Amino acid sequence: MTPALLAAGDPLFDEGVDGAVLVIVALKCLVGFLVYLTAVANMIWFERKLISFMQNRIGPNRAGPIGLLQTVADGIKLFTKEPLLPARADRTVFNLAPWLTAVPAVVAFSIIPFSVEPVEILGKQTRLQIADPSWGILLLLVCSSVAVYGVMLAGWASGSKYPLLGSVRASAQMVSYEAALGLTIVAVVLFSGSLLTSEIVISQAAEGPFGYLPNWNILRLGFVPFFIFVVAATAELNRPPFDLVEAEQELVGGYMTEYSAGGFMLFYFAEFGNTVTMSAIIVTLFLGGPAGPVLLGPAWLWGLIWFFVKLLVFLFMYVWLRATLPRFRYDQLMDLGWKKLIPTSLVWLLALAALKSTQGKSTTEQVVVVAATVGGSLLTYALLSRAVRVGSRRSTEESAPVDPRRELRGTT
Amino acid sequence: MATTSSEPTDIRDDPSKAEGTAVAGTFDDAQEMHGRAETDPLELLRETGAALRLPEGVSVDAGDLVAEVGEDETMIINMGPQHPSTHGVLRLMLELDGETVLRTKAVMGYLHTGMERTAEDLMYIQGSTNVTRMDYLAPFSNEAVFSMAVEELLGVELPPRAVWIRMLLLELNRVSSHLLFMATNGMDLGAVSMMIYGWRERELVLAFFEKVTGLRMNHNFIRPGGTAADLPAGWQADVLELCRAIPPRLDEYDILLTGQPIFTDRTQGVGVITPEQAIALSASGTLLRSTGVDWDLRRDQPYLAYDQVDFDVVVGTYGDAFDRYAIRLEEIRQSLRIVEQIVDLMPKGDYRVQDKKVTPPPRSRIDESMEALIHHFKLFTEGFKVPEGETYVAVESPRGELGCYLVADGGSKPYRMHIRGPSFVNLQSLPVMLRGGLIADAVAVISSIDPVMGEVDR
Repeated sequence: MTPALLAAGDPLFDEGVDGAVLVIVALKCLVGFLVYLTAVANMIWFERKLISFMQNRIGPNRAGPIGLLQTVADGIKLFTKEPLLPARADRTVFNLAPWLTAVPAVVAFSIIPFSVEPVEILGKQTRLQIADPSWGILLLLVCSSVAVYGVMLAGWASGSKYPLLGSVRASAQMVSYEAALGLTIVAVVLFSGSLLTSEIVISQAAEGPFGYLPNWNILRLGFVPFFIFVVAATAELNRPPFDLVEAEQELVGGYMTEYSAGGFMLFYFAEFGNTVTMSAIIVTLFLGGPAGPVLLGPAWLWGLIWFFVKLLVFLFMYVWLRATLPRFRYDQLMDLGWKKLIPTSLVWLLALAALKSTQGKSTTEQVVVVAATVGGSLLTYALLSRAVRVGSRRSTEESAPVDPRRELRGTT
Repeated sequence: MATTSSEPTDIRDDPSKAEGTAVAGTFDDAQEMHGRAETDPLELLRETGAALRLPEGVSVDAGDLVAEVGEDETMIINMGPQHPSTHGVLRLMLELDGETVLRTKAVMGYLHTGMERTAEDLMYIQGSTNVTRMDYLAPFSNEAVFSMAVEELLGVELPPRAVWIRMLLLELNRVSSHLLFMATNGMDLGAVSMMIYGWRERELVLAFFEKVTGLRMNHNFIRPGGTAADLPAGWQADVLELCRAIPPRLDEYDILLTGQPIFTDRTQGVGVITPEQAIALSASGTLLRSTGVDWDLRRDQPYLAYDQVDFDVVVGTYGDAFDRYAIRLEEIRQSLRIVEQIVDLMPKGDYRVQDKKVTPPPRSRIDESMEALIHHFKLFTEGFKVPEGETYVAVESPRGELGCYLVADGGSKPYRMHIRGPSFVNLQSLPVMLRGGLIADAVAVISSIDPVMGEVDR
């Protein structure tokens, strides 16, 4: 693989690969991984502590100051415990599945840019970003697709019924919501003109409309893709209110019911890791990533600060959602995904594309094209939903469950 | 259960199988759900939610039942007795088509402690200690219904203060029980914070119970002949503080759940039961009222002094899980309304009958009166004798009609005690309500019945 494929947007490889470059790459991987581990551990603590405050509880407070070491303690405990293998489980797949979920969570994190401008390390210009491959944001979709296999295979390989139900739910839910997720990413890519996360951030760091508004995608794309992305991402993460896959009250533990010790820990790690990654992706795609005003000191430091502040907003939101909302039902979740999010994101994407294609042309032309696009897609949507409604009515008439009592009344 | 199991694996049917079988014989075969082909048609009908009772002599032919799905397309799944949302040890066998529930079989008895039998070995004076453990979320209802049955057989008239103290405790108990329902219902639907909030409010009520009876549950405070003690000094202030503190919290529940779109989607139209079905299944309490049947024993068969207080019977319309939630929420408000009236109307006087044969003499009398000492000794060693007879007394417990059927043979112990547990009877409507719903609906429906397994299995 050429460096360009792995780091298309990074000036690090411009002058060829030498020792310093290798050291920098190794350093970035190491630091990135450590930061990620710390972030996940702290996210678990943050979630437990915050939800405790929301629920009039104290939360973890035994291990370390204000319970900060609780996650470490739990991790050590889980990794030193004896893993149990259910009698009817498929050993290989059962052991593989947690890794299939945990590894993509880490890998996806590598495309997050932490600085807008390159920084000088060891005499080389480079971005605070572990990898900047030319396929950029597509890596996120790749990783989340692979993670589905982990969840699905875990449930299937457990050889028990509740995990099986969980894995059926998981595959349906995550695949459906990836469609909406992908469509909103297309909108972002359309306006940023690049798949590279670094380019997406750079385009958002430019001066925005009216001179005082930020040029963030949340404003440029008109909020709707942002909301769709947040909802779809929440579903993709299996976070409440979309946590049907591991719905404790229904499926006991869903796909991870049979997991204990290390396997369970990896799933747990992946779940919170994905939350951090996905929040970082939202910040990168819609809120300008590390972009923000530089006050005192080096620009990269302010980039990190702004990034962290924006990240915290979303992490807080996820905990807040969990503390507040009841869980969706399976069919309602599918309805929301297929009948609301996907059509809306499609229509919005078409409107954005029309706007983009008429850029620089006269206002009237712009208005006409956008209106035609939106009008046409709304009409299509209305016809389609009408067709769906008629179809479902027919099918309920045909397959209406037979009331056994009706049969009985006939005989008495 | 009338089913005749023809499973060849059953050791009872084929004793030769018992030899050489290493498995310890727990004969739960009749409790399992079987494939459609092996199930008795009548049983199949029940499991698919036919609420009708068959007239004598009518048999069901398997051919009459239409098979909705192929045998190999369904999965029989075991939910409980160890499951997070079966409220203890309820066990459900479900036949699923995908996630849709086709058949339900509720299996009970995992918490059976033989309380009805135990009651026959305990004196009447000890009886309330026993029954209070049945419905552990509404212990006062159990104590009250047992005490009232004994008093009816004895023919004693309670002093008014005892009646009103009982009413106060019963209504506060309804509040605490319904608050716990709010907690578990929220939890079962995935609103985890609601659980903590419900427990938090219930704690206020339990603190008052502890002040009055010394215990948070299993009080043994309401006894045949009155109550164990008078209310503590300053109880009015405590009760009024409860009446002031809880309603604002209920308004918060409204904000958090009642209007919440996900919550209404999850509960409205879920677990629907018609009034006819509910009556045919002898449902009572909130389950019955949610279908629109206006029936509350407190108003329709007044006991204690419920005819002297003013309250509304809350009735639903659709018979779904949301109605049952909304009814319970409003019933908390109504109970607090009753409690406020009780504070105003509480009569002065004795808290128990001063009948030396039924209630112990005051502690101070024992030191100065030989006769009092003898009565005290006799009462707690032999108990009091209850004249021969039988009676059925029912109260409206937070879960429905809680009845106590008591047969006395003239001795100091009941000849037979039977409890009509509302949770037990209400659970019989599960096959009706679960049919056609999803697993997630099953959880919502079980939660909306609010069963207490201690009372189901007794």
